[in-house]
Amino acid sequence: MPSKVKEEEKILGHYLVPKHRILSLEESIEVLKTLGVRPWQLPRISINDPIVRILNGKPGDIIEIERDSPTAGKYKAYRVVVSY
Amino acid sequence: MSYTSNYKENEKYLIDRIHFSLLSPIEIRKMAKVTVIRPEIYEADGSPVSGGVRDPHFGAIEPGERCPVCGNTREDCPGHFGKIDLARPVLLPHLGDKIDVILQSTCRNCGRILLPDEKIAYLTNIYEKLKEKWPILAETFSDEIAKQASSVSECPHCGYKQFKLKFTKPFNFYEVRPEGEIRLTPSEIRERLERVQDKDIKVLGVDPKAARPEWMVLTVLPVPPLSVRPSITMENGLRAEDDLTHALVEIVRQNERLKNFLSSNAPESMVEEAWQTLQNVIAAYIDNELPNIYQLSHRGRKQLKTIAQRLKGKEGRLRGNLNGKRVNFSARTVISPDPYISIDEVGVPEEIAKILTLPIVVTSYNIEDARKFVLNGPYNWPGAMFVYKTKQNVKIDLRYQRNYRQLAESLEIGDVVERHLINGDIVLFNRQPSLHRMSIMAHKVRVMPGRTFRLNLLDCAPYNADFDGDEMNLHVPRLEEARAEAQELMLVENQILSPRYGGPLIGGRQDYISGSYLLTVKTTLLTKDEVSLLLAAANYKGKMPEPAIIKPEPLWTGKQLISLFLPQGLNFEGRAKINAGELKCDNEKCFFDSYDIISNGKLLMGVFDKNAIGAEQPENVLHYITLEYGSEKAREFLDNVFRMFIRMLEIKGFSISLKEVEIPNEAKNKISNMVEQAKNEIQQFINDYKEGNLEVIPGRTPEESLELKIIQRLQKLRDDAGKLAISYMDPFNNAFIMARTGARGSDINITQMAAMLGQQTVRGKRISRGFRTRTLPQFKPGDLSPEARGFIIGNFRVGLKPYEVFFHAAGGREGLVDTAVKTSQSGYMQRRLINALQDLYVAYDGTVRDSVENIVQFKYGEDGVDPMLTYHGKAVNIDRIIEKAKVNEK
Repeated sequence: MPSKVKEEEKILGHYLVPKHRILSLEESIEVLKTLGVRPWQLPRISINDPIVRILNGKPGDIIEIERDSPTAGKYKAYRVVVSY
Repeated sequence: MSYTSNYKENEKYLIDRIHFSLLSPIEIRKMAKVTVIRPEIYEADGSPVSGGVRDPHFGAIEPGERCPVCGNTREDCPGHFGKIDLARPVLLPHLGDKIDVILQSTCRNCGRILLPDEKIAYLTNIYEKLKEKWPILAETFSDEIAKQASSVSECPHCGYKQFKLKFTKPFNFYEVRPEGEIRLTPSEIRERLERVQDKDIKVLGVDPKAARPEWMVLTVLPVPPLSVRPSITMENGLRAEDDLTHALVEIVRQNERLKNFLSSNAPESMVEEAWQTLQNVIAAYIDNELPNIYQLSHRGRKQLKTIAQRLKGKEGRLRGNLNGKRVNFSARTVISPDPYISIDEVGVPEEIAKILTLPIVVTSYNIEDARKFVLNGPYNWPGAMFVYKTKQNVKIDLRYQRNYRQLAESLEIGDVVERHLINGDIVLFNRQPSLHRMSIMAHKVRVMPGRTFRLNLLDCAPYNADFDGDEMNLHVPRLEEARAEAQELMLVENQILSPRYGGPLIGGRQDYISGSYLLTVKTTLLTKDEVSLLLAAANYKGKMPEPAIIKPEPLWTGKQLISLFLPQGLNFEGRAKINAGELKCDNEKCFFDSYDIISNGKLLMGVFDKNAIGAEQPENVLHYITLEYGSEKAREFLDNVFRMFIRMLEIKGFSISLKEVEIPNEAKNKISNMVEQAKNEIQQFINDYKEGNLEVIPGRTPEESLELKIIQRLQKLRDDAGKLAISYMDPFNNAFIMARTGARGSDINITQMAAMLGQQTVRGKRISRGFRTRTLPQFKPGDLSPEARGFIIGNFRVGLKPYEVFFHAAGGREGLVDTAVKTSQSGYMQRRLINALQDLYVAYDGTVRDSVENIVQFKYGEDGVDPMLTYHGKAVNIDRIIEKAKVNEK
């Protein structure tokens, strides 16, 4: 069985997994302000999602996902961690 | 505005939720104002029978009648329910499954759930928590509990033995006892359901407050008020009752029969029979299409429309009346073409313009016009139908008015005149199926004689219309806001570009393309008369251009004429559609005139064909004009220049005949030699295969390899034959022009007409169906040769051999079946997609949101680009920017 560290590397290094980052409180507020939304209006991500586990996200955290986009090059999406 | 609405401002409520539950017998009794006991409807004198299904206590519906219950007349009486006391209880159909679940999982003696007390408490706790968070999961959970409980064979509470229950739809329950199957009567079922306790039943997904289980067995039947089932009086004085009334009469009749049997101590079998009948009739009253019931019908065997039939299906209350409503201020008729109206106009028959109306508020600026409309009256176009006198607050119908002059003079500022449609009004025009937004566009009215809607031919593409009997709908938006919105957003000229891909959806097709090709082709030189005709068709008002040739007579080229209409500064470079095969070239040194160059609005070389002015052809001249010079300029171009193309065809004449697809004998001989050679090669493949020497393609069986090889060879044969036939054709052959310019047809069509049809296929394979080992009786069993498997050597010009016709029909039928199946499937798929996505919108900040402003996409399409304003999906087109910059250089 692969060690936990190895599995993490596997997930983070996979070419289909985009860059995830937990925003700081200040950044989160900034993002919510610019979008003009409350946290629950963002798309959600489960706390059981492997990437959230690796990042050690807690419910209410906002995660920034930077994806490659065929139309825009880079595309930033935000998701709020939920407990289910 | 007072003339548009009459609802009371304070009567607005928002529906928060709808809660469905069962009616309890107590509630039914409470709301019932009359008990129905008599199956007759009317007395001999024609008055309704008291205690019958038309008892006056059901509510007043006749004019002038006063309701004996509430004292109101028919306008204010809401109608009142009645009841039928059933002699014996009866099951509600549709609830059989639920009754089954409850009976199975509870004790037949004490009514407790067949699980230990502590387990019930534990499960109830879990169920309630689930119900709060995941209601759907809670349902599955209670199903699971029911399954567990129903497998218990002895009650843990009272120790009674449990029997298996058998449920046969729609309403028969049998208990499987050792001595045999015993039918449970509805009375017994009701008794058992009554014993079930409130605290137990929750776990099974039943809310005892909303629906006690025994309410699923009717003891008293509510009878709806008369306003729900009105009768119709015909001219001859006969009354026709509503279907529901007929069904209720039948229920009363059966109920009274059962009562009689019970009071006269009739034998058990007769009671049983009457009871079953009553059960059946009530089931049919609720749903006359239940399986395994005896259906209620009129004398003439037409089925009664009972409660479920009123709601169900396409014409039912939900789909027919709530989701889809009929509207006023609309018209529908056949469409026909008119190339002489603008693309943003629609020809409206005078007859229709006289019925559809538009309210205009009289001001000091339009009072004279308004007077003229009123003076013309309702029957002379352009007239008016109604006048609203604002001060007096009266609506005057001009159809019942004699003195139009007096009325016209009495008009004052602030009045509203409901006038006929006149030229220039904005209307919405629609053709079903409305698959995309271009299926409904705004047009400007043009009132015309005749009885059809007239449509510019260029508008056929977005509507997908033709004139083989198509009908279209027209709607009149009536308020200023609606009209302005339609004009700014939905007008045809704003829909030239498709939002699906960056490119024009409206543009040249068929004859327009042939015409523009003939006009711009190098060999066309036009005399002064011809130029005048063409420019007149295009509505050209400027000076005549200098002729290209002066001696012996002044002659103009078509390119000169086109250039008159291209916008100043337009620059374009690209290949024409004909730039293929032998006419191929890549730059301005093109000998065949198949490379288009437009510099500063002048067509210098190349022909205009599908790649320049065609519809659904992104990045062509038309596209750039629309994108860079605005849709109004594009509309002018489409209106004027395209008319010139048609005029060119009219001057020159354009048709095809057998001559067009005739090829010389020399070519015919060459083709038959090619056929001979291919046949020999294929025979060689077949021989190899039979001897086992055939080279097998990896991953395929020998049979498949052989098929593949044969198909490949035959494909090559047809291609070669086609190329040969085309090479013998005159470049000004009309069929050939149409195929090359992209107007209609392709090289394959020409090949099929002039050379050979080629392989016919069914399911992507050579035709191999029919008899066991052969397709048709004239072939030998197992014959794999081209002709025996659907390869057609004949062509349409000469005609097909009988067996070839047969194969062609087999292949053609597959296409027909495919289109029939595909349209229904893709239609349903589109419907589901639209229902799922209809609430999404692009917000002002560029995010995509749903109806409660949840974010779906942080930027529309991830880049925030509107595809309608792009170059074929690309937001920036560097080549185009360079091309445009060239103008400024010069």
